[in-house]
Amino acid sequence: MIVYVARRLALAVVVVAGVIALTFVVARVVPGDPAATWAGPHASAAQLAAARRFLGLDRPPAAQLLAYFAGILTGNWGVSIHTHQPVLSDIGTAAPASLELVSAALIMAIAAGIPLGLVSARWPGRSLDHAIRAGSILGVSMPIFWMALILQLVFAQRLRLLPAAGEYSSGLLFTHPLARHTGFDVIDALITGNWPMLGSTLSHLALPAVVVAAYPAGLITRLVRAQVLDTIGETHVQMIRALGFPERAVFGRFAMKLAWNPVAAAVALVFGYSLVNTFLVESIFDWPGLGSYTAASVSSLDTPAILGVTLFIALVYVAANLIVDIIQAGLDPRIRLR
Amino acid sequence: MIEAPAPLPPAATGLRGQARWRGLAGNRLMAAGGLMAALIVIVALLAPLIAPLPGDADTATHPFLVLHPPSARHWFGTDQVGRDVFSRVLYGARVSPLIAAAVLVFACAIGIPLGICAGYFGGWLDEVIMRVTDIFLAFPPLLLALAFAAVLPASLTSLTIAIGITWWPWYTRLIRGQAASVAGRAYIESCRALGIPRRRIILRHILPNSITPLIVQVSLDVGGVILTASALSFLGLGAQDPTPDWGLMVSEGESYFTTAWWVVTFPGIAILLTAFAFNLLGDGLRDLLDPRRDLLR
Repeated sequence: MIVYVARRLALAVVVVAGVIALTFVVARVVPGDPAATWAGPHASAAQLAAARRFLGLDRPPAAQLLAYFAGILTGNWGVSIHTHQPVLSDIGTAAPASLELVSAALIMAIAAGIPLGLVSARWPGRSLDHAIRAGSILGVSMPIFWMALILQLVFAQRLRLLPAAGEYSSGLLFTHPLARHTGFDVIDALITGNWPMLGSTLSHLALPAVVVAAYPAGLITRLVRAQVLDTIGETHVQMIRALGFPERAVFGRFAMKLAWNPVAAAVALVFGYSLVNTFLVESIFDWPGLGSYTAASVSSLDTPAILGVTLFIALVYVAANLIVDIIQAGLDPRIRLR
Repeated sequence: MIEAPAPLPPAATGLRGQARWRGLAGNRLMAAGGLMAALIVIVALLAPLIAPLPGDADTATHPFLVLHPPSARHWFGTDQVGRDVFSRVLYGARVSPLIAAAVLVFACAIGIPLGICAGYFGGWLDEVIMRVTDIFLAFPPLLLALAFAAVLPASLTSLTIAIGITWWPWYTRLIRGQAASVAGRAYIESCRALGIPRRRIILRHILPNSITPLIVQVSLDVGGVILTASALSFLGLGAQDPTPDWGLMVSEGESYFTTAWWVVTFPGIAILLTAFAFNLLGDGLRDLLDPRRDLLR
């Protein structure tokens, strides 16, 4: 087990180094001449040379790459052009709201996807199975920025059932101020027993979380169905049946058991996807997370901010996959030997 | 005396029964997907003939028709510069599927040769190519495409390149695994012993025997590429006005959405139905051609 963990960690370090190098390539090589952009369109040759020296572009590419690595490792991720703040501190401010949104969405997706997948696999070929299958494919086909706008129009503007935007009703700040402990509003409200605030944060979370949940819910439903159908024909499950366990237990307990591993892998995968999907949803719901930050960076052509977020999410994604791999290897000795 | 063949063990028939159900459930949905996809292609081909106002997919503007609700004359209403949304949605069928095709061709053009080389030759070449794919796969696909698209000038060409660059590693991995297993078979060994040139072995034997899972994956990816492209266009990183791109139309309508729901709603439905059609089709194809493949690639 220790050998396996060490090997996976070493591989992750290589991948992370590659990820940093790739963002360097995107930042320095693709946009043509950053010095020209920096110095402006009417710069003289001398100003251009000065800009080149200032940005370190006169040094050999290998030295530039080393300087970039050193910057990333020491927490100097550059300065955002639109907020004029260090990119890393911007990310630190924005990340909790996004993580809260994505976690809520994944909890919903798992809560919906597993039962739907099981029901679908229980009666394959029936109309209920067709409906669930079509529904799950519809979930992964959803343009979520459009779904966000439609749900906002229907539930917030027309029916007035749910708030349209924001993290909580700002009026509550005067009567029930939110004490900051974790940076996650729902958790902060819960641990301080601030019930009106908790209600407000949950109702504000509902619409964006449902939108972000569409893709993972579809994916998990399809995965559980396929996995359970594969398992159900195997001898050990037939044995359970022959022993007279009720069908509910055959599916829910024994066939599902083998589906947990792929579901865990899928959750790690869609965790990264969903963080990126917040780019499309947060600005619509005025949710102050990474997505709103990135959307604003994109529209102001803020390259340091865009690459900082790209790097951050790639690191989270690598870490999530690593954690799931290690947990799975702990549960299933066969994986360690691969 | 010849013994009668033993009956199949019950477990085997059970398995086959389940596999059949998977196939059957897929087939009806696949037929629906195929029909919808065919319709979309027909709309794309015939757009100039069926669109009531073909000029509205181009630079035409109508200052006196701004944001009119759906009516007998404008089935899907008019947009913020008075263009007929119905005509633009029909013309949009020429944009998204074409981008998807270009991206997938681009990704295959990089991914297949690299995968074949890695799988057939093995050794250090394999190691280098696979580590590079590891790095690309450490990004969620939309994220890396967004980073590339953000630094390139906004256009459909940049968009295609940005998504293509993020998509090829999946295909390299898939082909590599297949090519490595085919390269180890005895008939490839015989080819070598017969002195058949390496080029010919790769093109005539390795490639055709490794390609089926890739075809399945490409068909499954059409919907995903369409969604990715429309998302980037929605963020302003792809098509530019007046291109009748569905993602761009949703983005342009967003500012008027509370009063003019139709500008956003209809192009969005077009994206959803197109992605849905190709996903149904791809899902059915996978069940038919490659039923053992798992959903996480």
